[in-house]
Amino acid sequence: MFARGLKRKCAEDEEAAPAYSLQRQSLLDMSLVKLQLCHMLVEPNLCRSVLIANTVRQIQEEMTQDGSWCVPVPQTAGRASRDRLVSTEILCRSAREGARPAPDPGDPASELQVVPAAQAPGVPPGGVWDGDGPRENRASFHKSLDQIFETLESQSPGAVEELFSDVDGSYYDLDAVLTGMVGGAKSGQDGLEAFASTAAPPPSAGCKSDLGELDHVVEILVET
Amino acid sequence: METGTTEADIISTVEFNHTGELLATGDKGGRVVIFQREQESKNQVHRRGEYNVYSTFQSHEPEFDYLKSLEIEEKINKIRWLPQQNAAYFLLSTNDKTVKLWKVSERDKRPEGYNLKDEEGRLRDPATITTLRVPVLRPMDLMVEATPRRVFANAHTYHINSISVNSDYETYMSADDLRINLWNFEITNQSFNIVDIKPANMEELTEVITAAEFHPHHCNTFVYSSSKGTIRLCDMRASALCDRHTKFFEEPEDPSNRSFFSEIISSISDVKFSHSGRYIMTRDYLTVKVWDLNMENRPIETYQVHDYLRSKLCSLYENDCIFDKFECVWNGSDSVIMTGSYNNFFRMFDRNTKRDVTLEASRENSKPRAILKPRKVCVGGKRRKDEISVDSLDFSKKILHTAWHPSENIIAVAATNNLYIFQDKVN
Repeated sequence: MFARGLKRKCAEDEEAAPAYSLQRQSLLDMSLVKLQLCHMLVEPNLCRSVLIANTVRQIQEEMTQDGSWCVPVPQTAGRASRDRLVSTEILCRSAREGARPAPDPGDPASELQVVPAAQAPGVPPGGVWDGDGPRENRASFHKSLDQIFETLESQSPGAVEELFSDVDGSYYDLDAVLTGMVGGAKSGQDGLEAFASTAAPPPSAGCKSDLGELDHVVEILVET
Repeated sequence: METGTTEADIISTVEFNHTGELLATGDKGGRVVIFQREQESKNQVHRRGEYNVYSTFQSHEPEFDYLKSLEIEEKINKIRWLPQQNAAYFLLSTNDKTVKLWKVSERDKRPEGYNLKDEEGRLRDPATITTLRVPVLRPMDLMVEATPRRVFANAHTYHINSISVNSDYETYMSADDLRINLWNFEITNQSFNIVDIKPANMEELTEVITAAEFHPHHCNTFVYSSSKGTIRLCDMRASALCDRHTKFFEEPEDPSNRSFFSEIISSISDVKFSHSGRYIMTRDYLTVKVWDLNMENRPIETYQVHDYLRSKLCSLYENDCIFDKFECVWNGSDSVIMTGSYNNFFRMFDRNTKRDVTLEASRENSKPRAILKPRKVCVGGKRRKDEISVDSLDFSKKILHTAWHPSENIIAVAATNNLYIFQDKVN
């Protein structure tokens, strides 16, 4: 389960960016992927999402302070992302220890972008961490991270919060109906009547319910 | 014992009742299984009462929320017993959205000799009835029935993580990620919201409620823990909405230990009052802490559960293990605390002697009457013969749920889909 960390070679083409930045970037990438997966799940575990989002925020804040708000150029990154993560004692140590790098000479205003090394065919998300080389990893990252980065492009501190704005969506009104007041009757069907005044979004295409049950629900909504 | 593991059989909660006579488990498939301790017979003094299956019933079914297009899991998150007030037993069981009150009662007689129906229950032709008789109760084989007496639904937008019966035995609370509601057992269509930490703008959400419990004796007092490692004690007499806490428990962060994972591992997964009501115990990812209610600025005791994982946090974050929610329990006299770990290990800490032990719940070690051997994890350097190295630990075998008999040294340990019951050895 814990793959042994590969020994780092003192390669001549090893990039200048210290290990800590790479580790931190990997952690950020991984966190964003996790959040994205959270987002795609129908009912995310809110505690987990909040904790991951807070972690992302912390990393971004530190990166902003560093001025290192850009991804290192990948052509010399000879490591698979997974390796970076595996030998991550550095990250587990205090962030203020000596491993801190000097701020990268990057454009602080540059947007967070993924620079794909190659447009390799998409790899299923499960295979992200099993990729052999950096190119496959980058490409498979490309697809999912791009979606996340679109959200973060503005690079505003509030960017991460936007990820939560969808969670509750149109159900602020439903909250008032559901909690703290005389609720609906016990059965879900009766409860639906209370929602009649709220605009009910149509079931998504991915809805797995029986058509029969769906008809029944629509019937109730229409009748009220 | 079954060989394969179906996910539905994974035990998700374990709880003794107030006398310890009954032990309830809930699983991912929405079932509740209740074990009853057999009466100790005078003939077999050395044979301690064993627990046998008493009742099994389906508490919750999977549901579908049509508006959100979400499936609502039937997994039982928590079971809490009510104190026994008559011959029947009552317990609360909850999934993510709905709490149910179940009545478990015995039936050992049945009426026989109806006039209008025959022994199979079929209606008789009234024209054939020429005499009248009074039905009589005759003994039958013992039957244990579970019936749902109350269903408390539609009060939680988020996932319920805790339920707690109040010491007044008339009310109970249910807590989800952002809100806590107070219920009266008799009233199902109304609940009072007593804590609400939902921000006006969900984008500002940074903290959730992780667990909540009523004080064992003071019916106006309860605590709730958060994902930021804090505990708030609230007094319901102060105001209707307990958004302002009476006490706030938080340990200052150790700056030398700070990392990107600090907040995640500080998130409290369980909070339990001591039986005395003087202390609370909290479990976060790596430690168990005991707090004195009179001291808010730091815990009085901290116990390391598996500190060897501290250097592996990134991997544990990657495989999501860092989000595992371990529970913790007190023994009857509040002198020993217990919590689970990985590799089917669980740990006990004696608060008085400061000694601790690591035990394993596994088939190989669990022949009946076998004595558990203490286990040890080797953290580096030479591994001794009986030790297990950190890298060999099986992280899929996690003990999240344990229970301790209210007065005796009997513990129940849930290891995935298996339930282990251990007793103190008789001398």
